[in-house]
Amino acid sequence: MPDYKWPPKDQRRIIGKPVNRVDGPAKASGRARFSQDVRLPGMLYAALLTSPYAHAKVTDIDTSQAEKSPGVKGIQIISEPGTEIQWAGTEIALVAADTEEHARDGVRKIKVKYEVFNDHFVKEADLATAQKLGRAKPSGEAVTGDPDQAFKDADVISEGEYGIPPITHCCLESHGQVVAFDGEKVEYRPSTQNVSGVGGDLAKGLEIPAANVHVHQDHIGGGFGSKFASDRWGVETAKLSKKVGGKPIRYHHDRRTELEIAGCRPAIYGRFKVGAKKDGTIIAWESKTWATGGFGGGGLNANLLPYVFRDVPNRRFNHSAVSINAGGARAWRAPNHPQVSFLTCSAIEDLAAKLKMDPLEVFLKNLHYTQRPEVYRAQLLKAAEMIGWKSKWHPRGQSGRGPVKTGLGIGIGTWGGMGHNATERVTIHPDGSVVLEIGSQDLGTGTRTIITQTAAESLGLPMKDITLRIGDNRYPRAGASGGSTTVGGTSAATRKATLNALEKLFEAVAPSLGAQPDQLVARDGKIMVKGDSSKSLTWRAACAKLGVTPIEATGSNNRRSPGGLIAGGVGGAQMAEVEVDTETGIVTLKKLAVVQDCGMIINPKTAASQCYGAAIMAICGALYEERILDAATGRFLNAEFDFYKLAGIKDVGQIEVHLDMTPEHDARGVVGLGEPPVIPGIAAIANAVANAIGVRVPRVPLTPDRVLAALERRRA
Amino acid sequence: MQAFEYANPKTLQEALGLLGSSWGEADVLAGGTDLLGLMKEYIHTPKRVVNIKGIKELGGIEKTSAGVRIGATVTVAELLSSGLIKSQFPALIQAAQGIASMQIRNMGSIGGDLCQRPRCWYFRSGYGLLAMKDGKSLVANGENRYHAIFGRAPAYFVSASSFGPALIALGAKVKLASQSGTRELPVAEFFVAPATEDDREIALKPNEILTEILVPAETTRNATYEVRQKEALDWPLATASVALKMDGGKVRSAEIVMGHVGPTPVRAPKAARSLTGKTINETVAEKAAATAVKGARPLSQNAYKVQLAKAAVKRALLRAVS
Repeated sequence: MPDYKWPPKDQRRIIGKPVNRVDGPAKASGRARFSQDVRLPGMLYAALLTSPYAHAKVTDIDTSQAEKSPGVKGIQIISEPGTEIQWAGTEIALVAADTEEHARDGVRKIKVKYEVFNDHFVKEADLATAQKLGRAKPSGEAVTGDPDQAFKDADVISEGEYGIPPITHCCLESHGQVVAFDGEKVEYRPSTQNVSGVGGDLAKGLEIPAANVHVHQDHIGGGFGSKFASDRWGVETAKLSKKVGGKPIRYHHDRRTELEIAGCRPAIYGRFKVGAKKDGTIIAWESKTWATGGFGGGGLNANLLPYVFRDVPNRRFNHSAVSINAGGARAWRAPNHPQVSFLTCSAIEDLAAKLKMDPLEVFLKNLHYTQRPEVYRAQLLKAAEMIGWKSKWHPRGQSGRGPVKTGLGIGIGTWGGMGHNATERVTIHPDGSVVLEIGSQDLGTGTRTIITQTAAESLGLPMKDITLRIGDNRYPRAGASGGSTTVGGTSAATRKATLNALEKLFEAVAPSLGAQPDQLVARDGKIMVKGDSSKSLTWRAACAKLGVTPIEATGSNNRRSPGGLIAGGVGGAQMAEVEVDTETGIVTLKKLAVVQDCGMIINPKTAASQCYGAAIMAICGALYEERILDAATGRFLNAEFDFYKLAGIKDVGQIEVHLDMTPEHDARGVVGLGEPPVIPGIAAIANAVANAIGVRVPRVPLTPDRVLAALERRRA
Repeated sequence: MQAFEYANPKTLQEALGLLGSSWGEADVLAGGTDLLGLMKEYIHTPKRVVNIKGIKELGGIEKTSAGVRIGATVTVAELLSSGLIKSQFPALIQAAQGIASMQIRNMGSIGGDLCQRPRCWYFRSGYGLLAMKDGKSLVANGENRYHAIFGRAPAYFVSASSFGPALIALGAKVKLASQSGTRELPVAEFFVAPATEDDREIALKPNEILTEILVPAETTRNATYEVRQKEALDWPLATASVALKMDGGKVRSAEIVMGHVGPTPVRAPKAARSLTGKTINETVAEKAAATAVKGARPLSQNAYKVQLAKAAVKRALLRAVS
């Protein structure tokens, strides 16, 4: 068995280099084909009719006019009469037509009668009303240690209320697919994070064998945790395809529907009480929280509180799950973590303010409650250096005269990121060409690039000599891209598969070099005898020895036996510098310092890109993003990008990324990085605003109305 | 989008002949940055779309004996690069700079800016211009954080125009053409608060085209200040445009107009009068700004906009004299 270990840092030639993305030119030039770009011969276009009511019963559907509408080829009823609708945007019927316009016209001609109940509840932040309506389900009290005594022993008790609303994923490419189903077999071109698994999910919905579904996807335009399943619209579009004789049908949500029903990050709100000794040591923690994941309640795991500082000895939790009439939650980049980071770091910052201590001191003082005190200490100090904490930090509210105030804040996070199970197949052809196949997907994170780098490193070839095929469920199976598991899973599988193939190549060429296979190495495009550079063959000459039979080998990552190639568990710290215009309440992010550990880094450029992208998402969540549901109509009023606000490039300030590439982290192997850097930013920005204006703005996003209201309260 | 007939006239007369006598028959297309969205959402379902971009006489920025004539199809980008506008009307340049999208600057026209429909999310979700449900205003009792602080039942949306306030402050007029002739209207009278669902928020009639804007040549110190949450493309939360006729360092007469705070741009005559004979400084500007927002009647969620409008007026005044 080959030695799969990663080469020592000083011997890596391609791993660890900031190479450009292999699919960069295709994406920049528009040649890359996304699911929405797929056009199959004879393809029809579908449009979706959704419910305008948040709570209603479908009593009648009349499709007769729609059937006669020009170009309409078929109609699939999704919510039959009798169906009870629990949120606006629920799928009612799909119309397939020869053009998208005809499909939309057809949708408008379907007549649906509803019994409208008008008793919907959409204001999840309003716990009192939720309780009155019986829409809040308490999950009981959980107590650790003796919080009552600890609060008595505390020198200082800080109390606060914080909340973070639902936000959506805002995938630039909305959910959907092109799908053809002839009643037996399915050609499926979804926008998915789960190439190897989504076919089986669709098959279940269609009640056909999983093997009958062929999935292919070249590129995905964003997923962020919302694109693992085939979804109702996938299954129903396939059924409609069968109805129209197996013709392929293209359906993707329009922006409004995408925001309404394609998933959101759940909200959480809560009241917090933190007890500490004079020196800043936290001894007691109490939180009463409520959250919603949509109509089903659920939502958020409040047991993650206090976040990172898990070992605070005396704790009391109460949590309620609130049911609302709104589209359901889905995993959103680091599920739960940005929310609980914001809640926890806000409570600690407020405690520091009450103690009249520098919050950095308080964070450092309590690191013994975390799982990695030394990592966090180093990260916090690094972030402090990057943001200029020593020279710029001032006690809360003491930010000078003039309407524009500045402030600094801290956030921290943690994540797993252990690689998923994955298998890759490597074929070395006698002409020297190398083909890798793996049923994975590149979410725009650089998966193609890091697989190619890993293979090139292992085979001693330049990256251009590697042909990589991903995005098809006919290739060996790889895990879904969730939980920051892809880089670990695919790089480890690639490492093993390429070295397994190389071992076979060594066996084939060893005789011609007069050596034993285990004396050979692959380097610089050659196969050579270790320690004797005069004995070598070029890669092509070596492969020619294979005659007419290619080498085929596979390699698998198994997370139960990672073999030193991968690991999980990281920390990260971020610090923000903001300016707040106290006459307008407008917050401007000046700088976000991002410090992240992530094990061995295969490509520092794509790794840093993950941090930049994550930081921008955190900035959006801190300052702009919020799902606004209307109490009267139950509608998601800002389900369009003019009032569902996202940062533009001028709004993100300076983002400075420091990847924690110490020898200790490197030795752990590859750890996923997709999610962790999105976690601490909201907390850091919210704390910076509190520091700037001298008062906590209890809810994000930190919009002018909320900032001005907080200032008003401070004056009062 | 509902299917429609597309007309591409080459002359104004031809275009006017293609319009209808009631709303819904025909829509005029210039940049299309608003109309296309309205049509995709089925808020507008015109039977005919009349493209006026090909009509030469509707373009161009020229000096006239009375001032400056701006053709209705002049784009935001053309306005921004016009030396004539830059030298005399910084209030218009600053309003244009607030439209932070190259695409919209390149496509959007000044006439379209004046004629665009409100961005009220109830209106855009299909609940009508006045957003009434069961005889009650959805806005007054609902999500109104971006709505009017100078509204009155039944109109609580805000005028979305970027240039309206500045043009009013500058004393500009619009020229409206129909087959029976043309009429001129002060921009201040072009915007109207609708009383019923059948009314529009502008004085334009369905058979008319806004052909040009006439800005008088009086020398003023003028400025616009927009409060937007984002630097990137974002609807303003409140804006103010001011024009000051000066006697040396002192104000002879002033005009103050606030935007995005009411169903029409909102003039503040009392605040403007209070500036007469004064030198603008921080204190004077602050006081005038407080006067300007005195009549505000905020809704349940938008009291903060009073402060924003105040800040906008103060900053516009200070910008005008800086």
